Amino acid sequence: MKNSTSIRSKIFDIGNICFLALLALTMLLPLLSVFAKSFSSSNAIAKGEVFFWPVEFTLINYEYVFHDASIWRSFLVSLVITVGGTFINLLATTSLAYPLSRPEYKGKKIILFMVLFTMIFSAPLIPSYLVVKNFGMVDTLWALIIPSMISAFNFFVMRSFFLNIPSTLIDAARIDGLGELGILFRIVLPLSKPVLATIGIFYGVSHWNSYQTALYYLNDPKLYPLQVKLRQMIVNDEMSVESNSVYSTIALNSPEGIQMATVVIATLPILLLYPFLQKHFVKGTMIGSIKE
Amino acid sequence: MKSTLVQQNLSTEQNTTLKKKSRIMQNLRSLNKYKALYFISIPGILYFLIFKYLPLMGSVIAFKDYNIFAGIWDSTWVGLKHFEALFQNPDSIRVLKNTLLLSFYDILIFPAPLILALLLNELRLVLYKRFIQTIVYMPHFLSWVIISGLFIGILSPTTGIVNKLIEWLGQEPIYFMGSEDFIRPILVLTYLWQSVGWGTIIYLAALAGVNPELYEAAKVDGANRLQQILNVTLPAILPTFSILFLLHIGHFLDFGFERVYVFLNPLNQANGDILDTYIYEVGLRNAQYSFTTAVGLFKSVVGLVLLVIANFVSKKVSGNSLY
Repeated sequence: MKNSTSIRSKIFDIGNICFLALLALTMLLPLLSVFAKSFSSSNAIAKGEVFFWPVEFTLINYEYVFHDASIWRSFLVSLVITVGGTFINLLATTSLAYPLSRPEYKGKKIILFMVLFTMIFSAPLIPSYLVVKNFGMVDTLWALIIPSMISAFNFFVMRSFFLNIPSTLIDAARIDGLGELGILFRIVLPLSKPVLATIGIFYGVSHWNSYQTALYYLNDPKLYPLQVKLRQMIVNDEMSVESNSVYSTIALNSPEGIQMATVVIATLPILLLYPFLQKHFVKGTMIGSIKE
Repeated sequence: MKSTLVQQNLSTEQNTTLKKKSRIMQNLRSLNKYKALYFISIPGILYFLIFKYLPLMGSVIAFKDYNIFAGIWDSTWVGLKHFEALFQNPDSIRVLKNTLLLSFYDILIFPAPLILALLLNELRLVLYKRFIQTIVYMPHFLSWVIISGLFIGILSPTTGIVNKLIEWLGQEPIYFMGSEDFIRPILVLTYLWQSVGWGTIIYLAALAGVNPELYEAAKVDGANRLQQILNVTLPAILPTFSILFLLHIGHFLDFGFERVYVFLNPLNQANGDILDTYIYEVGLRNAQYSFTTAVGLFKSVVGLVLLVIANFVSKKVSGNSLY
């Protein structure tokens, strides 16, 4: 009796280990195939010989990408939005979350409800677009930064972190003669480095990956961030398949290798930072899930 | 006697006015003392008013025929015309049907992260568990544009691995992205692929909080592993599950523009269009502002109503609620 259950338990363990390994493979293999294709000749890709290892190894796809000025410009745009946007996000989120974490702030209930409500009921796209347009932000990079300056979720995460800072510390600083801003900059912010890192990464990754807002607000190809540029390359390829129903012929001059090289370049910053990102993302999700 | 009473009355009246005055003074003094706090909160408050609440007010154009030259306030009122159109226009009915179907499929896969978390929790090798976690979290960090690139590549009729497999089995290759028959499964499965690992984090956190003594007690009572999972682990994460489910219901019709739009093309659009992509195409690209505002408003109201109902039911049934 005892033996049979332990055997069954072992079988379950082995099955479980195998199943999870398979699942992990489905997550890894698509990326591996992108790497493989980005280093393969277009000839080998077109013949469908490339799966998870480069065939007819070449760097020509990357050379092409490095010589395409429009891809470089998109890369630069994404970089500017990610760095500048994240800075503005952090500044704005902190300067709202900190006062609203302090018991002295009168009327915080109304403002907290105001923020919470936007999480439950969002305004339709068109009126939001009209507001952005009336501020003259359409076709400028501000449209990718200002209309999403504070995320309500990140605001609540940050506020719940500030709430946990002991008030005795703040009182002591006040007795020592620090003003309210002095307390924020000299006491609270240095203590809040972990949450600032986490929230900064939340914002940074979403800027780097954002595609939707650029699609809504930008018409000028010169301003396209990397994701929009990449999408264009993918769509052009897809459409060329569609316009010729006999797909095997046009696949010969398919730029799939170049596409994949661009995908690698767009993913690289994320992959390089991944161990760091993962740690902070997990932490932030935990803080966020603990409701006040 | 009487006069003293009056006097007393007077003095209490004076007292209350004095108290009121002093409270106002106190408030003013506190406002003055903490004015830096109020000051730095102004940009954030303005942000929410301008970019979240002004558009909400601007949503009145859903009840008007918006005219660019007349502006929001001077356009003519048309009542519920655009909402009626939403349920009469065959195009928007098709989109509504797609949205409902996809939302329904999303609910079907909603427990997947819970199941994955349970499986991860049963792993005994900590190192192996970490390794698997690191890999399954990763898709969460990829943009939808990149994910669409990956899957369009995998499903390609000429070079994709799926079609190589189909050919190897002796069948004709299938152009998955070019058919309306496959777009819904593609949308659901890619979402599952992207989100299932990440979704486990909250469950794993809840599981880490389970008292180990409960398992010991269950073992003493002769519970096998399945019974332990069913009677100890599952009840421990059920509250988390129901809260997450409530939040999910609140976003029933609104599951993200990007994750759908990046997979659409003219060949598969008929079954893949959702309210958000429809609003973008018809509203922003073809400038039907009032009609698509009505569509967006409808979406938000449905979400709010569903959230309230789901919250009420959950409170009655399990005692878990959002507020």
